Amino acid sequence: MTIPLLELSGVAKSFTLHNQSGIALSVMANANLRVHAGECVVLDGPSGMGKSTLLKMIYANYRTCAGSIAVTPPGGVAVEVTQATPRELVQLRKNTIGYVSQFLRVIPRVPALDVVAEPLMEDAGDAPEALLAAREEASRWLTRLRIPERLWHLPPATFSGGEQQRINIARNMIKPRPLLLLDEPTASLDAANTQTVIELIREATARGAAVVGIFHDAHVGSAVATRRVDVASFRSAT
Amino acid sequence: MSLSSPLMQVRGVSKRYGERIALQDVSFDLWPGEVLAVVGESGSGKSTLLNAIAARSQPDTGSVQFLTREDGMQDVFGMTEAQQRLLARTDWGFVHQNAADGLRMDVSAGANVGERLMGLGERHYGRLRATASEWLTRVEIDPSRIDDAPRTFSGGMRQRLQIARNLVTEPRLIFMDEPTSGLDVSVQARLLDLLRQLTRKMQLAAVIVTHDLAVARLLAHRMVVMQRGRVVESGLTDQVLDDPQHPYTQLLVSSVLQP
Repeated sequence: MTIPLLELSGVAKSFTLHNQSGIALSVMANANLRVHAGECVVLDGPSGMGKSTLLKMIYANYRTCAGSIAVTPPGGVAVEVTQATPRELVQLRKNTIGYVSQFLRVIPRVPALDVVAEPLMEDAGDAPEALLAAREEASRWLTRLRIPERLWHLPPATFSGGEQQRINIARNMIKPRPLLLLDEPTASLDAANTQTVIELIREATARGAAVVGIFHDAHVGSAVATRRVDVASFRSAT
Repeated sequence: MSLSSPLMQVRGVSKRYGERIALQDVSFDLWPGEVLAVVGESGSGKSTLLNAIAARSQPDTGSVQFLTREDGMQDVFGMTEAQQRLLARTDWGFVHQNAADGLRMDVSAGANVGERLMGLGERHYGRLRATASEWLTRVEIDPSRIDDAPRTFSGGMRQRLQIARNLVTEPRLIFMDEPTSGLDVSVQARLLDLLRQLTRKMQLAAVIVTHDLAVARLLAHRMVVMQRGRVVESGLTDQVLDDPQHPYTQLLVSSVLQP
């Protein structure tokens, strides 16, 4: 039995709102999940059940109240996300976990091409040929996601919602990381681009990535899922 | 220089002004290439902390250790004043909120950039001028302005000149006190972009004091939140902003528009 790339056991999450009389909202009580390389697990359940929360805990922008989240990159050592230092988490995000959130959040003024190339450029340092290769790869992603070339050198802040979403997908999938977290990546895409994203996800699992995704669109979910998990089962306290 | 050792270790730093507690028991590590944001409201102790760790004012208790190039970890307050000054103008930089505090306003931009190099013994005019010109370009100031005094520059240009003046000796750590406040939004964006590129390319560690959570989100890997001289919360920047735990941080985050 191989070690899962991602393993959650007994994960719980509640939010305490100190400025609203300290009320505590329990979102998740006992989440258990194992995801192996090459799998695409689609999270199901009505909104407000904690699907996005689960992805955010794995990516560590939410803290976990109880339980364990272990990420083991192929051939690497396991990182316990709930205990990792900020520095370890920065490394984990750089090399192991890609996360496509619902919103693009980038520095103003940076052109779309560089926004997409950035994860590759970080590794390139100052080597000119590596920087050039990073930009070339970025232009392939932009072409594939049908971003018109006249937009490549403009900052994405003024782009439409769908264009920004595609920039976000390209930026966070361009580097082939072992674990991919997708939070409604196709929510504002047309049919053709949605189909492209389906292909990109299948290519990621084919190269051995583990994917955990949330898809508003049932057709996308069934096109990419190798397994489905209902997050309602993560709310029982047992 | 080892990457497995922090660049700076701050331990139990406290400072009082009479009865008032300005800093209480502040500790953190800063690693090479790491950008740390210090946030909190006015009077929370952010700038006092920055001045204490940059050896600009001595805390009452606590220690600040810095990984020097030659002698490993050294207690900053155990150094002589001459050693502190050398550190401050070679391996450290300090960017003031008000550029006039960090620049010589009536000498040329080129001389402002060259001053640290001259302090280190560089006397060759041609080389000084070439380096100054190169740095003006890097911070996006037209090198034809090299002979103009910063008094004739806009606020954004002055701030970029101050950054060039500090980075010319390729320091490993830069302290910044509200570097983008007081600038127009468009100018601010340009400066943020520049700072991010420079910190990344130069593997520069930075401690940035800011009250602007959006600035912290874009620039910093890590964040500490201060209230009444204490660190009430710390962690990965988006963790602190997206899932704040302390009542004060929750209030801070919920009080701003889209950090």
